[in-house]
Amino acid sequence: MTAEVPTTPDLKIELRGVYKAFDATTVLNGIDLEVAKGNVIALIGASGSGKSTLLRCVNLLEPVDDGVILFDGVDIAEPGLNPDPIRRRIGMVFQSFNLFPHMSVTDNVAIGPRKVLGVSKSQARREGLEMLTRLGLGERADAYPDQLSGGQQQRVAIARSLAMNPEVMLLDEITSALDPELVGEVLDVIRGLKNDGMTMLFATHEMAFAREISDKVCFLHKGRILEEGSPDQIFGDPQEERTQAFLKRVTDAGRL
Amino acid sequence: MAPPLTRRAVYEQKQRRRAVVIATVSTTIALVAVVVLVPLTPGWEKVKRSFFDTDIFVESFPGLLEAFMLDLKILIVSTPLILIVALLIALARGARRPAMFPLKAFAVIYTDVLRGIPVILLVFLIGFGVPALGLSRELSNPVIWGTVTLVLSYSAYVSEVMRAGIDSVHESQRAAARSLGMTGQQTMSSVVLPQAFRRIVPPLMNSFVSLQKDVALVSLIGPVEILRQAGIDKAKTANFTPYVAAAVIFLALTIPFTRLADWALARQRRRTGATTIA
Repeated sequence: MTAEVPTTPDLKIELRGVYKAFDATTVLNGIDLEVAKGNVIALIGASGSGKSTLLRCVNLLEPVDDGVILFDGVDIAEPGLNPDPIRRRIGMVFQSFNLFPHMSVTDNVAIGPRKVLGVSKSQARREGLEMLTRLGLGERADAYPDQLSGGQQQRVAIARSLAMNPEVMLLDEITSALDPELVGEVLDVIRGLKNDGMTMLFATHEMAFAREISDKVCFLHKGRILEEGSPDQIFGDPQEERTQAFLKRVTDAGRL
Repeated sequence: MAPPLTRRAVYEQKQRRRAVVIATVSTTIALVAVVVLVPLTPGWEKVKRSFFDTDIFVESFPGLLEAFMLDLKILIVSTPLILIVALLIALARGARRPAMFPLKAFAVIYTDVLRGIPVILLVFLIGFGVPALGLSRELSNPVIWGTVTLVLSYSAYVSEVMRAGIDSVHESQRAAARSLGMTGQQTMSSVVLPQAFRRIVPPLMNSFVSLQKDVALVSLIGPVEILRQAGIDKAKTANFTPYVAAAVIFLALTIPFTRLADWALARQRRRTGATTIA
């Protein structure tokens, strides 16, 4: 496949037939997905359905075995492509925060602009502090990650990604490692991002949040998008038997 | 409000007192045994004369201390070199690019060979072997080749410590750095190495203490450093006291560093949050 594949202009990301296997285990088995600019897309599904791998593939942290990932119409799944220029345009937030424990919170946020964009140290720290203040963490700017609560750490991780001015944000179950009372503060940040028009693709177990915030919900099952549609349609009137069963399970567990 | 002394405080106070008593009694018994029993051995008088002669000790001490300066010089020059070479070897071993394969292979052979040969043997091989190539006078200085030997041997050990430190940094840290768009090199220098170094400080201190002692092996190929000076004094006085004096000088350097290493280890354990189990 070449980079010049015809595509709809307002699509930010488009996946076509994305296939990924770890040894003999197929994790993504032909994913087709369209993410329009400014859209928020929720990926739901059981553990092991491929949500995280899908996000990691879009960020090129995992090489795709087959298929096409178009980012602004350019195929970034091409084997051998230098991933660094792509990744700096795509932000990613991880389930376990992955903050750098040897740096202060401000330095965590400033390191990307400093190293990758060549911003001066003082400017990067100043802008980092602004970003932290925006997310309500201005007072903890000099703290180290281990001195913060999980919710604060995750907000720092979001600030670290935003500091790179990404065009798209990938959120990989960012509230799964948090105590229930800390989930809200992180989700508030994501609501703010949606209001700012950020394009986001996120994997989640927070069904209520997925329903509230997303423009489209995709239900993954065994490496395929089994069903996709508006939140109301997926949560209110799921067509597929598997989707119904999955949603019933999470409802019974009190997560909806 | 808790009473001035909680149940546990009372118990622990009792335990502490008991421990102090037991330690005092057992130390006293051990000391008495040494002080009383050792002089009872048939050769004690002879040993005392040939190892613990005060006059000879005082006489040889200044010369030994001066000779020890050479040990210190070798130590000061070789330590940074060891760290640099070890880091390069560790990085070469972790290289993933095919173009780097020769370097990687070299690093594997380097650590395998140099760790496998006893330092003392390496000192002989390099110390006598290289000058035999007929180099210029300055380059034939055994101090240089002794230092080179220590750097070769220790960098092989230390590179393995560094490699373990690098491997101990979780993959998710790399993922976070790479997701920001940082290159592999930037990730290594800004994210992985700073964390790895913090973890390997205690084992590095251990190697450093060990290096302080092994500097004396350089004497085997000629330079008059402390061990050799002690040998000369021994021959002159027909007495072993200079060796004891040399040992005292070594201890004056190594004990503080050993304590420092212990302290670094303890601090690290506190930081990582591991608690002591009674």
